[in-house]
Amino acid sequence: MTKVAFSGINMRFASTEVLKDINLDVREGEFVCILGPSGCGKSTLLNIVGGFVQPTSGEVTIDGERVTGPDPRRIFVFQERGVFPWLNVEENIGFGLFRLTDEEKRRRIAHYIQLVGLPGFEKAYPRELSGGMKQRLEVARALAVNPDVLYLDEPFGALDSITRLQMRRELLRIWQTEKKTILFVTHDIDESVQLADRVVVMSQRPATIRAIVDVDIPHPRDLSAPRYIKIRDRLFGEIGLAHQV
Amino acid sequence: MRPLIPFAGIALFVVAWHVVVITTGAPLVPTPGQAALAIGELAQKGLLFKYVVASLFRVTWGYLLALVVAVPMGVMLGMSPLAQSALNPYLQILRPISPLAWIPIAILWFGVGDLSAVFLIFLSSFFPLALAAMQAVQSVEPVHLASGRNFGLSRLQLLRHVVFPAVLPQLIVGMRIALGIAWLVVVAAEMIAVNSGLGFLIVDARNAGNRYDLVVAGMVLIGAIGVVLDLMMRRLERFDFVRWGYAEP
Repeated sequence: MTKVAFSGINMRFASTEVLKDINLDVREGEFVCILGPSGCGKSTLLNIVGGFVQPTSGEVTIDGERVTGPDPRRIFVFQERGVFPWLNVEENIGFGLFRLTDEEKRRRIAHYIQLVGLPGFEKAYPRELSGGMKQRLEVARALAVNPDVLYLDEPFGALDSITRLQMRRELLRIWQTEKKTILFVTHDIDESVQLADRVVVMSQRPATIRAIVDVDIPHPRDLSAPRYIKIRDRLFGEIGLAHQV
Repeated sequence: MRPLIPFAGIALFVVAWHVVVITTGAPLVPTPGQAALAIGELAQKGLLFKYVVASLFRVTWGYLLALVVAVPMGVMLGMSPLAQSALNPYLQILRPISPLAWIPIAILWFGVGDLSAVFLIFLSSFFPLALAAMQAVQSVEPVHLASGRNFGLSRLQLLRHVVFPAVLPQLIVGMRIALGIAWLVVVAAEMIAVNSGLGFLIVDARNAGNRYDLVVAGMVLIGAIGVVLDLMMRRLERFDFVRWGYAEP
């Protein structure tokens, strides 16, 4: 069943054409990676579906409803920069829960602190947390409002490579337990093959969809399996890179 | 040992002051001892407390009024580019005019007395506060505003739960600087024929018989109270909900 539908999205900033005729359907519960070179406009695409930016033409619908602005049913996760430094861990997770009763709020905060592995840090402020912990905090804050879609814009880009691998595993675990639709923007080919059900490959600016690649490997994925390497090589080819350094 | 160094510095200064006055034999300049005696004399006459309270009273009113008017105005300017382009030129033109230049106009509008003094102190802290608030709002992270909107906050909620906490650290620094300026201006403000306060003390002591010991006593008191006010404002910077905004020591 289609959850998010992009139809005929075009985007220009002044005289620069950024996105050109983007058409894409994302199924409910699907994990889609949008992969492209830096500066190609993939973040702009995510900002459009997030409701922060209006496209020059075309429209995005979610559950058949046109997107006109940001909406708490779909939460955007910035790198870890989105957490509020003036609130502690608990208060950050509770930020979007102002419509709930205190009882329900407490229950959700406790649940998501557990889910993202931050017990013991309830009263800690973001400045006292590592980059990876701040990232998990922002994911927890997003999940706490029980959205049906998550938008992640290169969320692990600022982390070291070990933490990044751990975060991918965490995200997959959370995705499998919480059954969210996820749109994940990245410029990292390996990341997209490790995470996605489908990888949408974008071209250089003006960005068009160059290919949509199915990653039909069950989780957990073996990073040295021939199938994995074959898909990765195909993506290298689509991006236009020889697989050599 | 380290915490004692500032006190040692002050002690050294007092000794040097004493020595210079004695050796040069300047007739009217008091020694530190004479200045201390003058403070004692003020206390004995019941003027010390009265003057300190009078000065603090004027500064408090002028400063609080400025806070109430300037901060909302600065926030509004920071949030609305339209309001900013309309009003910022006035702010920039009025800001470099010393509060002293306003004395004639203050007297014209508010007469000779407390009200004029409060007005001058109001003016002196108004501009730094408005600009601090405006700049603080402009430096709010766009990502935080976007997050706030994403969670479905109304404009008012966004102001209360994102903009306000985000601007506090910078605003408190601005408040501290503005309070320093307000206290700096108290002497000038009290030159307008008020008959109490530390500024009045200084002007009056010189006019009424060259009592330079009282002049210096007034200066010492102003300096000491200024330090206490600044320390009080600095305490605000230690709260958890603003500490994130300052570089960790």
